[in-house]
Amino acid sequence: MNSIAQYFTDLFKGLSTLWAGMRVTGKYFFSPGAIVTQQYPENRKTLKMEERFKGEIIMPHDENNLHACTGCGICEINCPNGSIEILTDRVANAEGKLERVIDKHIYHLSMCTFCGLCVKTCPSDALAFGQEFEHAVFDRSKLTKVLNQPGSKIRKEAK
Amino acid sequence: MMSEEIIKDVIVGEQEDYLINLGPQHPSTHGVLRLEVCLKGETVKYLNPHIGYIHRGIEKMCEALTYQQIIHLTDRMDYLSAHINNEAVSMIVEDALQVEVPERVKYIRTILDELNRIASHQLWWCAFGMDLGALTTFFYGLRDREHILDIFEESFGSRLLHSFVCPGGLMHDVHPNFQKRTKEFIKYFRTKLPEYDQLLTGNIIFQNRSKGIGYMSRETAIGYGVTGPSGRGSGFSCDVRKIAPYGAYDKVRFNEILETEGDVFARYKVRMAEMHESLSIIEQLIDNIPEGDFTAKMKPIIKLPAGEYFRRVETARGELAVYVVSDGNKTPYRMKFRTPNFSNLFVMNEIASGYKIADLIAISGSLDLVIPDIDR
Amino acid sequence: MSSNIYDFSTLTGSIHTWLSGMMSSGWVIFTEMVLVGLIFLLMYALLGLFLVYLERKVCAIMQNRVGPNRVGKWGLLQTIADLIKLLLKELIPIRKSDALLFNLAPFIVIICSFLAMAALPYAKGLQAIDFNIGVFYIMAVSSLSVVGILLAGWASNSKYSLIGAMRSGAQIVSYELSVGLSLLAIVVFSGTMQLSGIIESQANGWWIFKGHIPAFISFVIFLIASTAEINRGPFDLAEAESELTAGFHTEYSGIKFAFFFLAEYMNMFIVAALGATIFLGGWMPFHVGNWEGFNQIMDYIPSVVWFFTKTFFIILIIMWFKWTFPRLRIDQLLTLEWKYLLPISLFNIVLIAFIVLMGWHF
Repeated sequence: MNSIAQYFTDLFKGLSTLWAGMRVTGKYFFSPGAIVTQQYPENRKTLKMEERFKGEIIMPHDENNLHACTGCGICEINCPNGSIEILTDRVANAEGKLERVIDKHIYHLSMCTFCGLCVKTCPSDALAFGQEFEHAVFDRSKLTKVLNQPGSKIRKEAK
Repeated sequence: MMSEEIIKDVIVGEQEDYLINLGPQHPSTHGVLRLEVCLKGETVKYLNPHIGYIHRGIEKMCEALTYQQIIHLTDRMDYLSAHINNEAVSMIVEDALQVEVPERVKYIRTILDELNRIASHQLWWCAFGMDLGALTTFFYGLRDREHILDIFEESFGSRLLHSFVCPGGLMHDVHPNFQKRTKEFIKYFRTKLPEYDQLLTGNIIFQNRSKGIGYMSRETAIGYGVTGPSGRGSGFSCDVRKIAPYGAYDKVRFNEILETEGDVFARYKVRMAEMHESLSIIEQLIDNIPEGDFTAKMKPIIKLPAGEYFRRVETARGELAVYVVSDGNKTPYRMKFRTPNFSNLFVMNEIASGYKIADLIAISGSLDLVIPDIDR
Repeated sequence: MSSNIYDFSTLTGSIHTWLSGMMSSGWVIFTEMVLVGLIFLLMYALLGLFLVYLERKVCAIMQNRVGPNRVGKWGLLQTIADLIKLLLKELIPIRKSDALLFNLAPFIVIICSFLAMAALPYAKGLQAIDFNIGVFYIMAVSSLSVVGILLAGWASNSKYSLIGAMRSGAQIVSYELSVGLSLLAIVVFSGTMQLSGIIESQANGWWIFKGHIPAFISFVIFLIASTAEINRGPFDLAEAESELTAGFHTEYSGIKFAFFFLAEYMNMFIVAALGATIFLGGWMPFHVGNWEGFNQIMDYIPSVVWFFTKTFFIILIIMWFKWTFPRLRIDQLLTLEWKYLLPISLFNIVLIAFIVLMGWHF
């Protein structure tokens, strides 16, 4: 007799636990407001990445097409993956002295792991993270970018 | 159970053995793990894990990188406890150089550790439910995990592999919203955890699937070095946060969750309870973050004094130990990671043979394996 | 009692007379068969595609997602796009597989579910063939599909497929019993196996209400057992994607896979339609005792609508099961059947026989 009672209590307990689970999914079925999906390509206009979002490395230029990179190469040394290459020139400045200026700051996005060491260690704060995240391209070579804009110059600090 | 027989079978093998390759591409091996399973009907006779499909040589790569650069590689071992891995390497450098880390850093690191642990356990919950065929758990878990990842993204700029810790402190300070959003998350997640229990924990089918399955005795756990929630499910007290507190763990009150049953359900219960426990740890710390600097003064080029250094931390999956041999250069002479999943995987033959193939999936799910952590 | 405004038999009858006027009786039968076959083929494809869409949408909303929403309005054309994709995909031949059986298996599965459609009453007067053993016929053909599944698993020459097929064999053979017994309960109540007869017997109330608690118990058992019989979650052991990747149809591709897929969903429809017919009154409108006004309003809803509403209600319940529960293990599955469902339904049927004998039902 006892075992029969046990049989039925087990049965009803089991059924009630099943019902508890069904209540959860059922509740969400009738509350479409709980949908969390973001409709990505549609919300592109309103999509705002966090300000610290690590999308890619950029070199901010001001309105006069000036940047802060001195071409010291610390970012290149610090990069664990070799995704930064710096080509420098020596150009005579106004006083006739040879000065190192940056020719090309080459950034291989395809190799970058976004560890942030280049941005952190840059002594002149020339690098920053950009919010761009749509990096898909059809040609791998397009992932190699030159960060300094053509014709840009180093910003001389006002003394 | 019947281990000698199994070993004999593994070596000899029989003509009529029904061998199945579970993986490297299989929905339930969560990555590229390959289990060579020998079946007798539906019952697993023995199994033989094959690893190395995602071996990247992280330990060897570390020998060519400076200590700051190594951090970003540790992200990619156990990607679900990336922050905790980072912290292990940072702490070993701090130990070696005898740098005193600011209190603020310790607090923030501990909070992030626990957030990371919750996120990891949430993902485990999703995947474990899915292994057992409850597909809806996957989306509920990911839905809640998104809140943590949003907090991470706001502060570090990345969601999964955030190389946020650096030797001496943090890369930069946390976002001003950090405290507010973390508190919001705690409140939110407290309302969602009972749902997890209703949907899966209490479910009679789930309980039948997990209770008494994959029994691992305390001796087995110690013998194989199974740590973390998997080991604690067998009553093996192995929480590094308790044994050797680091960060701000000595300032908070929390329980080490221990279950003695040693089956799949015990491991499940440990992880579910750890989520509650982590929430309470964060609650104790979040309002008391001291003001201060976010990093200690460090030299730009870190050279560890020649010698051997060892440090261990508790990741979401168990004990991660880092061992460094330095010859005084800026790169380590030898770097060794003792990753938790490596040990946790190899106990599988012991605990899964004799059960059904469906149980094998449940057991591998309950061990919460992250394959890149095994292969490194 | 129910009105005849939506009776399809006048329509089908007039088509028959029109055809008879044009050709000899043999050709009439042939033409009608072709017509019915075409209609069923079309209905089969459309319903199957719609069910796939419905399933994806229902599970999406349960999981806080949006579901298919790109192709067409609300993603309505998504499944059609999927079908086109499956049609265009390569049929991969498996080395060392039994080519004949491998190719035959999807057809067996789909033909079995197609056969069952013929006997279902979709509306008043809309039934292709009204067997006097309708319940028995549907049971028989729907359980034939296990042959196709077993063949698929065996002929694929894949270890996963074989395990899936073997599981499916054990599962369907045992759950067939409970489905049969739970249907038998209503057969005992109504005293006929003819589906139209069973529906007629529910004119004054559906069996789930008239048959007291035993009828409700057999309805619940029917729901559980038929979910298992059509290999759906939580009883989807034959597929068990997390264990056996895809079970018996692991090795199939292209349209042959689509056949399995479509048959699975149509089996769900057939089971739900059978449940609606037997327990919920089929196309009979919902009537409450003496509320004449209410009953008349209910009569104005066409019988087709009644049938499909009830069917989709049961389909939703079956989907709700799948998206909530974890999967059972094979031994637990058999335990559930042999220790719980079968004894309960056996006891239930004795109880029902007693009730009917004493004339206690309405």
